[in-house]
Amino acid sequence: MADAVLSRPAASQAPVEVLKVETLADRQRRRRRLVSGLRLAVLVVLLGGWEGGVEAGLIDPFFFGQPTAIAAKLAEWVRDGTSIGPLWLQVWVTIYEAGAGFLIGAVLGVLCGIALGRNALLADVFSIYIKVANSIPRVVLGSIFIVALGLGAPSKIALAVVMVFFVVFANAFQGVREADKNLIANAQILGASGWAITRAVVVPSALSWILASLHVSFGFALVGAIVGEFLGARQGMGLLIATAQGAFDANGVFAAMIVIAVVALAAEGLLTVLENRLLSWRPEKTAGE
Amino acid sequence: MSAVELQGVARRFVTPTGAVLSALEDFDLAIRPGEFMAIVGPTGCGKSTTLGLIAGLARPQAGSVRLFDAPVTGIDRRVGFVFQQDAVFPWRNVLSNVSAGPLFRGEKAQAAEERARDWLLRVGLKGFENHLPHQLSGGMRKRVALAQTFINSPEILLMDEPFSALDVQTRELMQEELLQLWSQNKAAVLFVTHDLDEAILLADRVAVLTSRPARVKSVHTIDLPRPRAIATLRYDERFIAIARTLADDLREEVMKARAAH
Repeated sequence: MADAVLSRPAASQAPVEVLKVETLADRQRRRRRLVSGLRLAVLVVLLGGWEGGVEAGLIDPFFFGQPTAIAAKLAEWVRDGTSIGPLWLQVWVTIYEAGAGFLIGAVLGVLCGIALGRNALLADVFSIYIKVANSIPRVVLGSIFIVALGLGAPSKIALAVVMVFFVVFANAFQGVREADKNLIANAQILGASGWAITRAVVVPSALSWILASLHVSFGFALVGAIVGEFLGARQGMGLLIATAQGAFDANGVFAAMIVIAVVALAAEGLLTVLENRLLSWRPEKTAGE
Repeated sequence: MSAVELQGVARRFVTPTGAVLSALEDFDLAIRPGEFMAIVGPTGCGKSTTLGLIAGLARPQAGSVRLFDAPVTGIDRRVGFVFQQDAVFPWRNVLSNVSAGPLFRGEKAQAAEERARDWLLRVGLKGFENHLPHQLSGGMRKRVALAQTFINSPEILLMDEPFSALDVQTRELMQEELLQLWSQNKAAVLFVTHDLDEAILLADRVAVLTSRPARVKSVHTIDLPRPRAIATLRYDERFIAIARTLADDLREEVMKARAAH
């Protein structure tokens, strides 16, 4: 009797459990499909509305462009090149300027952030100047760099460096300051001295801050390069936009925007790979809590 | 000669409001080489501050702190420290956490790794060499911390409520493990805890501190024989008698501390 009572719920529960797990997995899959479907629908509605609005005469394509015309423009650029030269060259010039500015700015930012984060006197002396410099809209420095460094790449790289430096610096500085006091004390007692502490504790714990800032700051590097090209250049995506603007070519501006967005997304992807590689010691986000 | 000797030590802090807060005042304590000393006291009475002074992480405003008759001038290589919170490096795997000390102290990488493997075996973590700290349970992380500290063969071992975050069963296991490791290493231990039972189970002598500013109120000798069986000792009559005396002693201070808050 007791046996029957004990075993029956177990026997009848098991298949129910399995069923539940299956439906849960199914539900997740169905939800994922729903989300991608809705995303696609939003895109179709937006682009279709835009295109339809132009066809219906509600949107003036002279000012706001037209999706099909933008696509045609992109195809033309890829096939025949742009008015200022082949498309890949413009893209490459901008990537080069933004990339070089990003690398220089990030390295300088990390070095200065760690140096000031580890030295209270330096931090107290320089923090006021950094706050001031950070509050100035740095894009206006572009004009000075063009005058001083000319129309070539150096002026754009300099602007990108300035854009990137402060973001990375502020994060590296904060990351160093936030390093766990217990971990530092532990390293000291285990036998680490000044430089070993920086290398073994401070830099690894600041790394997640630094990498987070790199995501934001590549965008800033692109802005720096493009604004620099806008202000005066012989090549680059910024010049391409400025040229399209001069020709009242709204489709050209949008097409250039799409190209830049692709570049930014690709860089973002690379940075995410780098971040996952460097921070592989962190617990999985989904596993926590 | 004492392994650790504090004489007339004072340690004061300035609070954000500008008031001076005295954590320790006129503090005297001596620990003999190879002795296991526990200190208990009301919360926030300055137990951890004491450890920081001995470790050389902080300086006293008055009095002297001496290790083996030499004044503390900085972090001493003979000192080991087990922290209350996890202080293992989260980005290093278990093996590299344990070999960190020898590497910081200039040992060759291969020798350090070999010794670390030996220590992992001793604390029962063989097979977890490549695990990251977040993949381990709280008890296992404590074992890593113990191995990390013992591999440097400390002559003075400071422990700041090391097992307070563990569940009761794990804590008992870790206490037994600690006594076993210590019986081979024979360091002078200063073990801070707020758990009176833990203090009695582990220590040769227990110092009861007063509420802030902390002084040593009384020192009790725990004459329970070693090796001690942690799991059963707490039901022993002698243990209960000692616990009762100590609890009365401590309660006074806890009441005083509560009245002050």
